[in-house]
Amino acid sequence: MYPPKFDYYRANSIDEAFALMGQLGDAKLLAGGHSLIPALKLRLAAPSALIDIGRIGELKGISRNGSTATIGALTTHATVAAASDLPAALTEAAGWIGDPQVRNRGTVGGNIAHADPASDLPTVLTALGATMNMRGLNGARSVSADDFFIDLFMTALGEDEILTSVDVPVDGAGTAYAKLFNPASRYAIVGVAAKVSVSGGQCTSARVALGGLTPSAVRAPSVEAALVGKALTADNIAAAAAQVGGDLDDVMGDIHASEEYRRAMAPIYVQRAVSKAAERAG
Amino acid sequence: MSNKYIGESIKRVEDPRFIQGKGKYVANLSIPGMLHAAIKRSPYAHAVIKGIDTSKAEAMEGVVAVYVGQQMKDDGIGSLPCGFNPPDIKTAPHMPLAVDKVRHVGDGVAVVIAESPYIAYDALDLIDVQYEPLSAVIDPKKAAQPGAPQVHDEIPNNVSFHWPLGTREEINAVLASADKVIELDLVNQRLVPNAMEPRACVAQWDAFSDEMTIWTTSQNPHIIRLLLSLATMGLPENKLRVISPDVGGGFGSKIFHYAEEVIVPWASKQLGRPVKWVSTRSEAFVTDAHGRDHVTTAKLALKNDGTFLGLDVTTYANMGAYLSTFAPMIPTALYITLFSGLYKLPVIFGEAYGTMTHTVPVDAYRGAGRPEASYMLERLVDLAARELDMDPIELRRKNFIQPDEFPYQTPVAMIYDSGDYPKLFDSLEALGDYAGLKAKRDAARAEGRLVGIGISGCIEASGPAPSQVAVGLGAGVGLWESGVIRVHPTGKVSVMTGSHTHGQGHETAFAQIVADELGIPMEDVEIIHGDTGRTPFGLGTYGSRSASVGGTALAVSAGKVRDKMLKIAAHQLEVDVEDMVFDRTTGTMHVKGSPEQSKSFVDISVAALMANNLPEGVEPGLEETTFYDPSNFTFPNSAHIALIEIDRDTGQVSLLEYAAVDDVGKVINPMIVEGQLVGGIAQGVGQALWENCVYDEQGQLLSGSFMDYAMPRADGFPMLKVSRNETPSPTNPLGVKGAGEMGTIAATITVANGVMDALAPLGIRHIDIPHTPQRIWQAIQAQSNGH
Ligand SMILES: Cc1cc2nc3c(=O)[nH]c(=O)nc-3n(C[C@H](O)[C@H](O)[C@H](O)COP(=O)(O)OP(=O)(O)OC[C@H]3O[C@@H](n4cnc5c(N)ncnc54)[C@H](O)[C@@H]3O)c2cc1C
Repeated sequence: MYPPKFDYYRANSIDEAFALMGQLGDAKLLAGGHSLIPALKLRLAAPSALIDIGRIGELKGISRNGSTATIGALTTHATVAAASDLPAALTEAAGWIGDPQVRNRGTVGGNIAHADPASDLPTVLTALGATMNMRGLNGARSVSADDFFIDLFMTALGEDEILTSVDVPVDGAGTAYAKLFNPASRYAIVGVAAKVSVSGGQCTSARVALGGLTPSAVRAPSVEAALVGKALTADNIAAAAAQVGGDLDDVMGDIHASEEYRRAMAPIYVQRAVSKAAERAG
Repeated sequence: MSNKYIGESIKRVEDPRFIQGKGKYVANLSIPGMLHAAIKRSPYAHAVIKGIDTSKAEAMEGVVAVYVGQQMKDDGIGSLPCGFNPPDIKTAPHMPLAVDKVRHVGDGVAVVIAESPYIAYDALDLIDVQYEPLSAVIDPKKAAQPGAPQVHDEIPNNVSFHWPLGTREEINAVLASADKVIELDLVNQRLVPNAMEPRACVAQWDAFSDEMTIWTTSQNPHIIRLLLSLATMGLPENKLRVISPDVGGGFGSKIFHYAEEVIVPWASKQLGRPVKWVSTRSEAFVTDAHGRDHVTTAKLALKNDGTFLGLDVTTYANMGAYLSTFAPMIPTALYITLFSGLYKLPVIFGEAYGTMTHTVPVDAYRGAGRPEASYMLERLVDLAARELDMDPIELRRKNFIQPDEFPYQTPVAMIYDSGDYPKLFDSLEALGDYAGLKAKRDAARAEGRLVGIGISGCIEASGPAPSQVAVGLGAGVGLWESGVIRVHPTGKVSVMTGSHTHGQGHETAFAQIVADELGIPMEDVEIIHGDTGRTPFGLGTYGSRSASVGGTALAVSAGKVRDKMLKIAAHQLEVDVEDMVFDRTTGTMHVKGSPEQSKSFVDISVAALMANNLPEGVEPGLEETTFYDPSNFTFPNSAHIALIEIDRDTGQVSLLEYAAVDDVGKVINPMIVEGQLVGGIAQGVGQALWENCVYDEQGQLLSGSFMDYAMPRADGFPMLKVSRNETPSPTNPLGVKGAGEMGTIAATITVANGVMDALAPLGIRHIDIPHTPQRIWQAIQAQSNGH
């Protein structure tokens, strides 16, 4: 498949990337290329230039500051999957993305900047209460995951901004990700991430997010409310999971999974994610 | 005779070049001055072409030419032919580029020839085609109903052919008097073949010699040359050379004569420059011939004790928008003739309607008709076992053709060569631990889990075909094969075969045959194939025919070489040829009883060159040719078993265990055969669980990429246990049967029967394949809601 013509530039630093973005009109940033290149080849996108940020060292790697892990935007899925001190929901989700080639090339930043509704990381980062850090010509800003994912392929990231890193709280809560795979693409038909804290046998806080069903990842406030204050028994989790339908508007359907099937799967995967997170909360 | 190579798992001699990226594929070919073609394709399933404006594209820098279908037609280019025409078939023209109408999404309407593929693809966007969209029909049965949109004026009601075998009266009488009739409506879904290498074509016209060379990704370059000459290009065959170098898989889809194989050489001739076209993966989805797509009603009549009495089957087979090269053969001669399965089934009536729809043409795809036959029959047998409350293996055993009944004439034309079905199932019960599987299933069921055992016993007719039978049924070519052995003066051997390898490992297996037949090292044998300029006319590779037909041609040629060498050796040793022995372990010829009086393989190779001391009437040189026409098909057979679990909440299927025993006759290279079986099983499971080519009502392909078309992956499988049960085929001297398709034929129905067994406790009788989580979940819901 042949993409339309584009010019290729490589930025060696964030500043160089900004300089290039200033010079070149409708350029696109190129990270791992695993969403952008297919779009070019299918001629769904036709930017006049690509700015390859893939080799900017300062955007790579995972660092830890107290109870916050900072993941550089260019960190690959494979690196995240292999990390030992990130929340389990994140490492397992990263490990289930696509296949080894995709995980070796695809980046965390590219995944969330692209915001495919069937992606895994937006769901997980929403449940984990992550914060997206970005820089523009006018300086840096941070947006919580709850506010970052707006709609289908739409985020709070501005045209002239670069996503630099993601802050993920690492606070000892139990986390888990449960995924119903699209059998062809391996993206999520239903992806549910859960984060729960337990104290004295009771759930003290809960964050549950779903992806794959709706145009962008969403929280499930009814489920969360039903969990908090309860013992995380199988029955209580099932009862809370049953609430999820009310948290889902605009559920999508395709040849693999109709709206009806997706809706039916939502509580099942909520239950699976929450149960596993509860186990991990100890 | 003791073999050194035959029967050994020799590592494939072709693999080092493939593994090291040294394969020579059509897409790797680059010729100085070469241009690149890109094809403008219809976004509509059915539309009138009101006009095509190519002026903007032509004006683009780097574009050399833009052509439309009318120009090719005006230049005398002919329709892509259908090479299998049963009686009373109705056909319609299939122009390489559509002229007045498009009939499926992907139908070509114009071609851009440019200095680079990038420019060519950019220029496609500048071609303005005006369409008047018309309504479309997708389903093969609905296509035949009154009022359905018509695909071709020449094919009224979209029915191209009706092919019955047996008589309606006879089967009606059986159905009326049987204790029980098991009835089933089923769909064998459409599949996309998805060979790893997309199709490609390069053509070079030589204006000095008036010769055309075409490199194309074909399983049978000679057939392509014949059709280019006879039907499409009209160039004389002796001025046409067709080369299929390394080809990355075909599964049948690279048998056929495709539009691009006409467009590209025609353009090269217009421009006097080489032209190349390489299919994109997206184009492959909408232009490679698809597989399967049957809508069937089937009835099995039996006695209360389980004895089969008769079978009645009506199938609507989707032919797509045009009749592809062998399309009508698939649901007829390769389908209905296999309805007897492994069983004594005294009365069979089968009929197929081949109908036209606004979809990609459908033709042979791994198994081709035989998986559809096995799926239908083995679903019915499973349902019968359930309804009679019999063990499914017991029911099968009760009806098996017995080992002493071969050759066995079925009521549907075939004469089975050999087999031992009871022993086959003995082996399967042992290998798969049937008793253990039943215990596991029953224990799981007691815990409320949905676990099932899938069983199948399948038959295949492989090695097409006796030419008299093939041509008698409507084929435009006999299906023999050629094999040449050329012994060079140094004793090295070149082998020219009309078969073609595109993954099957002929360069190894054929070298094993020739090396053993001549008693020489395998390293001294080179297999040459896939080039009409270097090999005699041959029919190519499909239908699991290469070993039994192509391999036999080589074995016969080797025998001729041995005979000639023996004559020369006898002459030089001054003994009668009857007193000579050819030692096939060493390639030496010696006098019976006195091995010291001998000539080596090289001695005689040299003697044939020197030619100064040859017996009377023996010509110099050592080269023998055989055109081998098989006397019958061969009949591989199989017994497979699978243990399956279904997630009751989600409908997801897990394949827990899989065991297979196949009778593919004598085996030349067990490793290659195992690879064929394992790969075939994976492909068959793909159809059972994942693969599905889906069109919407407007004829848009919804599963047009790997984002939506689900292929089998390694993580969907347990370790497969495969084993063999050899009954040599008496049809050919090697005793071989086909091994390339059995896995695919058997695996789909094995897994499908397993899924249905898992769901049986819920009272679910049948779900069409693929058994996707959603379909299973829906069936479970419907059952629990009391529908
Ligand atoms: C076969 C296949 C299977 C896949 N399966 C899954 C799956 O199961 N789950 C899943 O979640 N994903 C899946 N993916 C997507 C994969 O995770 C991609 O890697 C990811 O979506 C994009 O990351 P990238 O680094 O490749 O980004 P690119 O393709 O390079 O870029 C994507 C978009 O993000 C922009 N961008 C990239 N980096 C930045 C940045 N730092 N700042 C601002 N904008 C930026 C680009 O300009 C572009 O618009 C799959 C992809 C493929 C090809």
